[in-house]
Amino acid sequence: MFFDLFYELKAAKVPVSLKEYLTLLEAMSHNVAEYSVDNFYYLSRSCLVKDERNLDKFDRVFGSVFKGLEQPEEGTVAEIPEEWLRKLTELHLTDEEKANIEALGGWEKIMEELKKRLEEQEKRHQGGSKWIGTGGTSPFGAQGYNPEGIRIGQEKSRHRRAVKVWDKREYRNFDDSVVLGTRNIKVALRRLRQFARDGAPDELDLDDTIRSTARNGGWIDIKMRPERRNTVKVLLLLDVGGSMDDHIRTMEELFSATRTEFKNLESYYFHNCMYEKVWKDNRRRHTEHIPTSQLINTYGPDWKLIFVGDATMSPYEIVYPGGSVEHWNEEAGQVWMERMLDHFKHSCWINPVPERHWEYTPSLQMVQQIMGHRMFGLTLDGLDRGMRSLAR
Amino acid sequence: MKFEGTDSYVATDDLMIAVNASITLQRPLLIKGEPGTGKTVLAHEVAKALDRPLIEWHIKSTTKAAQGLYEYDAVSRLRDSQLGDEKVKDISNYIVRGKLWDAFTQDLSPVLLIDEVDKADIEFPNDLLLELDRMQFFVYETQETVIAQNRPIVMITSNNEKELPDAFLRRCFFHYIRFPERDTMQEIIDVHYPDIQKSLVREALNIFYEVRDVPGLKKKPSTSELLDWLKLLMSDDISPDILRTKDPKKLIPPLHGALLKNEQDVHLFERLAFLARREQGN
Repeated sequence: MFFDLFYELKAAKVPVSLKEYLTLLEAMSHNVAEYSVDNFYYLSRSCLVKDERNLDKFDRVFGSVFKGLEQPEEGTVAEIPEEWLRKLTELHLTDEEKANIEALGGWEKIMEELKKRLEEQEKRHQGGSKWIGTGGTSPFGAQGYNPEGIRIGQEKSRHRRAVKVWDKREYRNFDDSVVLGTRNIKVALRRLRQFARDGAPDELDLDDTIRSTARNGGWIDIKMRPERRNTVKVLLLLDVGGSMDDHIRTMEELFSATRTEFKNLESYYFHNCMYEKVWKDNRRRHTEHIPTSQLINTYGPDWKLIFVGDATMSPYEIVYPGGSVEHWNEEAGQVWMERMLDHFKHSCWINPVPERHWEYTPSLQMVQQIMGHRMFGLTLDGLDRGMRSLAR
Repeated sequence: MKFEGTDSYVATDDLMIAVNASITLQRPLLIKGEPGTGKTVLAHEVAKALDRPLIEWHIKSTTKAAQGLYEYDAVSRLRDSQLGDEKVKDISNYIVRGKLWDAFTQDLSPVLLIDEVDKADIEFPNDLLLELDRMQFFVYETQETVIAQNRPIVMITSNNEKELPDAFLRRCFFHYIRFPERDTMQEIIDVHYPDIQKSLVREALNIFYEVRDVPGLKKKPSTSELLDWLKLLMSDDISPDILRTKDPKKLIPPLHGALLKNEQDVHLFERLAFLARREQGN
């Protein structure tokens, strides 16, 4: 019945399955939506979308599949401030095109062209994987924009009905494909979990109780023990800026996964290579930083150290004092790296650059050497191996 | 049997559809949304509106799925055997029922709230798949199968701390409670404080949405915080004029502690207020 919707959703990478589709049909046959288009929209959304990040994709697909389902309101276009639209045309059409259109039929044509243009842009956004990537080129960037939006914005204040709700695209902000796949990463990170008994004895140790009761000649002797907790402590050092910008997406994935998985997680940033200082907040990196020696003093050797970076830089940045691209460093990056590695017994380097490219970058090879070949790719397999090496 | 909001809960159209779909098809409803937008309250209100008993199961990080079904109290049994109690012969005396079991055996199908499912271990939802799907489970100790007499209306809330497994999601209806717009917010306030002055509400809402728009807040104030704040404003008898004042010395709203729950947020807000004051001074 709604095959198009189903397959279009699948094509738009909204994870829908047959089970959900059948649920929708079942709900339809129970007449939950009561023959109202809005209600059908709500119902199908509730059935088919299970994550708020996909709500916006759903709205877009729904809009394109059921285009023209409801008559657009008449006369609402006129309510848009004209100046606003003129500005838009300036942004989206070249002078030449404007002249052309002027010749063709004036304002209305321009509007049509503008709409077409915006739709195209919409599609390009949709195809692209992330807002950030395209944000720089489009004047409207992450906000996205379509003329439909204006019309509806106007409409809404008068009365709420008769608005194509899905065109409002209220969930736009949640559409950020970044977190896709974190579950996989989390499962890999779980390898790091180290349970130990810690704290007050408040859990019954059944085995021990039975054993000591038997030894006690049958008189009960209850044994308690502390609860098991995840005691692994992770110190995460992340490379930011410069060559790492290409990898921001995967980095964010990793980061959001680690955030929720460990209780004891501290993260700091560095640029390209470790030097005498790191920082906590990337926006204030030039004013508020923390000496690397303080890290060594603060966190004990039982913390597991994970570097994340592409290790792609000039070799000077690693081996020579003063090699840093950002400031004058008294001691070479290598010295600081080794200091850290001496202190933290368990460490590894996660590298988002695909492993097959590693041998072509000298600095990467050097870091690999310093790390004692504990550098792993940012893939599920690499993470898995990395976590194994940390757990050892 | 339909849910249409109650006199103390404003339900939007899409929320009603989601709730009714889940009631009609007897599938769990998964609710997400910013903290304080009424996820947990929804279950209470649905129970009230449909006149059903409510069974709440609050999930913690240590909660195991099996605890919702039943627990075998080995310690009591051991103790009773020491004392020679007759009860000890029947193992079923030591099976402690969990919330799911309770929900399955009610005469009238109840509303079962599984609150903050994301707090538990990452495998927790997977362990409940079959139980929530078939609404039955097996008790090993007594070799009996517990089948729901009336399928409960299951509502699950999540704060997005952990991703939920796909297999689990496929079995649920999903609704994301969006942060209410001004109109809806006005309705919500009307429902909670019908006697409050209109002007006070208007000024308070202005400030509230301004605070929400401050970039970089760790925890944006939400509906429940707004309601608390209004309550305080009312009890302190603060006049709308004080809220409306643009006096640079009083840029921080009165009783802001109800809106901003985080020390850093208060600092941030104070700093922004300070900057605004300086700009005005120039």
